[in-house]
Amino acid sequence: MKTKTFPRGIHPPEHKHGTEDKALEALPAPEKVVIPLHQHFGAPTAPLVKKGDEVLLGQKIGEAKVLFSASVHSSVSGKVKAVEDFNHPLGKPVQAVIIRNDGEDRISPELQGHDAPFSLSPDDIRQKVKEAGVVGLGGAAFPTAVKITPPKDKSIDTIILNGCECEPVLTADYRLMMEYPEDILKGAELDRIATGAKKIIVGIENNKKDAFEIFRSQNPGFAFETSLLKTKYPQGAEKNLISALLKREVPRGGLPFDVGVVVQNVGTAKAVWDAVSQGRPLIERAVTVSGTGIPDPKNLLVRVGTLFQDALDFCGGAKDGSNMMIMGGPMMGLTQWTTEVPVIKGTSGILAWAETKPARERACISCARCVTHCPMGLVPTQLMKYIKHDFLDEAEAWGALDCVECGCCQYSCPAKIPLVHWIRLGKNQIIALKRKKSA
Amino acid sequence: MMANNVMFLKSSPHFQDHDSVPKIMYVVIISLLPAIAASFYYFRLKALFLYLACLLGCLATEAIFLKVRKKPLNSLWDGSAIITALLLAMTLPPDLSLELAVIGSVVAVALGKQVFGGLGHNIFNPALVGRAFMQIAFPVAMTTWSAPVTLSLDAVTFATPLGNLKFQDAISQGTLTSLPELLWGNIGGCIGETSALALILGALFLLFKRVIDWRIPAGIILSLSVFTGIFWMVDANKYAIPVFHLLAGGLLIGALFMATDMVTSPISTRGAWIYALGIGLMVGIIRLFGGFPEGVMFSILFMNTFVPLINRYTRPRILGERRQA
Repeated sequence: MKTKTFPRGIHPPEHKHGTEDKALEALPAPEKVVIPLHQHFGAPTAPLVKKGDEVLLGQKIGEAKVLFSASVHSSVSGKVKAVEDFNHPLGKPVQAVIIRNDGEDRISPELQGHDAPFSLSPDDIRQKVKEAGVVGLGGAAFPTAVKITPPKDKSIDTIILNGCECEPVLTADYRLMMEYPEDILKGAELDRIATGAKKIIVGIENNKKDAFEIFRSQNPGFAFETSLLKTKYPQGAEKNLISALLKREVPRGGLPFDVGVVVQNVGTAKAVWDAVSQGRPLIERAVTVSGTGIPDPKNLLVRVGTLFQDALDFCGGAKDGSNMMIMGGPMMGLTQWTTEVPVIKGTSGILAWAETKPARERACISCARCVTHCPMGLVPTQLMKYIKHDFLDEAEAWGALDCVECGCCQYSCPAKIPLVHWIRLGKNQIIALKRKKSA
Repeated sequence: MMANNVMFLKSSPHFQDHDSVPKIMYVVIISLLPAIAASFYYFRLKALFLYLACLLGCLATEAIFLKVRKKPLNSLWDGSAIITALLLAMTLPPDLSLELAVIGSVVAVALGKQVFGGLGHNIFNPALVGRAFMQIAFPVAMTTWSAPVTLSLDAVTFATPLGNLKFQDAISQGTLTSLPELLWGNIGGCIGETSALALILGALFLLFKRVIDWRIPAGIILSLSVFTGIFWMVDANKYAIPVFHLLAGGLLIGALFMATDMVTSPISTRGAWIYALGIGLMVGIIRLFGGFPEGVMFSILFMNTFVPLINRYTRPRILGERRQA
């Protein structure tokens, strides 16, 4: 069968065998959860509870005050121990609600499902998604209610369900596709209704052929297409996925809206379905716990706010000598300095391994491998040089802000230059400069 | 708790492939071995001593610079100085005295590479800088040729195929070197450039390992063939057939191993084409109309100067970018 793909990219080792055949397993709710009030792209939420309050499972504890935000809900029932700053996997401590779990899972009465979700209006669907605090579960945690609200001047024709999971090691999305294909498709159908799109395309990489077959055999009562994609990184990057499936190019600085597309991760689609059909807020997600430092790698359904340590303990605890822990995948994940950090809505994986001394960095020899592999068509080495020498205007003209930080350049760099690090630095400087100018 | 409390923090990506600068350099060195073997066969000990002299000159100069610049001394073994030494030796005439070879090596590494800041920062191919210096400083020694030992000629001096073409009217005399001789390399010339087959064999390995960009040799061969082909079609009694130009002299070693030097060639594919077509054209002009019989060295050095400019104007198209009409 012919597979679709995008130009350039890389083929990192997959390392998915450790967990791909392990069904999702619910991690028992821990005694204590730490739920950050900021887990998404956009503004933080305002706390609705204070120390000593009793909270119920699914109760809203952080209110989204603006459009670009997402409400936060309690993932257990119990008593609020504190509302204070706590370690956050993104680095900086963030205000969090710390709850002692009473173990009873008393469900909040505010959770209301709907018997015929497909009969809801687009606004009703968006409202329910917004209430449930659903965000993109692929990693960027973009508020889903915003994503399925196309601007008035754009018409959406296609919903792309992103089942690529192109990051090595991670298998959580794959398990969701194997175990909940119907929920995922129904979520996509709700997206389709909300956006007025005409069709749904499910894109799945070739290394997950059985998930592809399962989706192809689904008969949910509405139309959708399933498309097989080449196993290549970063196949699941939004703009590359659109180019692979539809041969459309999202304009520089634009969004998928601009080419009539909404791309949604399969896990997010399931969350949309759960939110609208059951009124269930986003309080749990699939997480792959793996890596050579994990004795018993697993795919877990983890409640938001569970500390990494609890998830690690459930998988046999990190092995001696494991000195590197990542939230996310090995290509784009974030290293963690402590295991006392909570699982958030954007946590797709917890990986641990022993890192040896980093390879020695040498001078760029202009081999152009970074150029050959950059899925965005950038010249990473040139960006690095511009940014290193403070030529920020040139760096911007050469597309620094188009960089999606996928890491293909650095993966293939024989001089072992931290290209992504430099470009990220440059992006931050360029954006800061712009803010200053417009202020 | 994680058993080890000291956690390793770094920014993504956390996977990297296993290639490295030294690995690339050693692949290039391996690819030179067939041509080096051919030079031993045709020029025997003369070749061996030239290689040793150049290796000594290049590695010693590199070591001194690394020491003075307080750089890690093990960079000496990143392979780049060895490549410079081998390539320089391969482009020297067999009877060159060894002290001149050492002087050329010092210039190659010192002025060709280290003064710019070392590997990766140089504008020109270091081996060619050394050779260009020698060509100007020791013009007689650098153009005195002797026959390969396999020819068992007594003549003290001997013409290269290109010299024969330019100065001895080889076409009308009927003494133009035949193509099989050019292929095998049983001819006069610089020690490492004579055997076309050995060079091609090594380059195939480089192409297979994706160390060199095929567009560069392809572009050079294309433009040189078209340029010399036009003149050959106009007057075949005066101008040699293009395939002669491709196989004779330093064209192959230049197109396959020198113009393809990553550091001194363009980054983008469009840039590679511009650079390569320029080199081929320059070689054609110098060989047909210049004062020298050969022009590969100057052509590559000349186009090296344009690489930063070419890079600047051949930025690849960014995904989603619309080209201005």
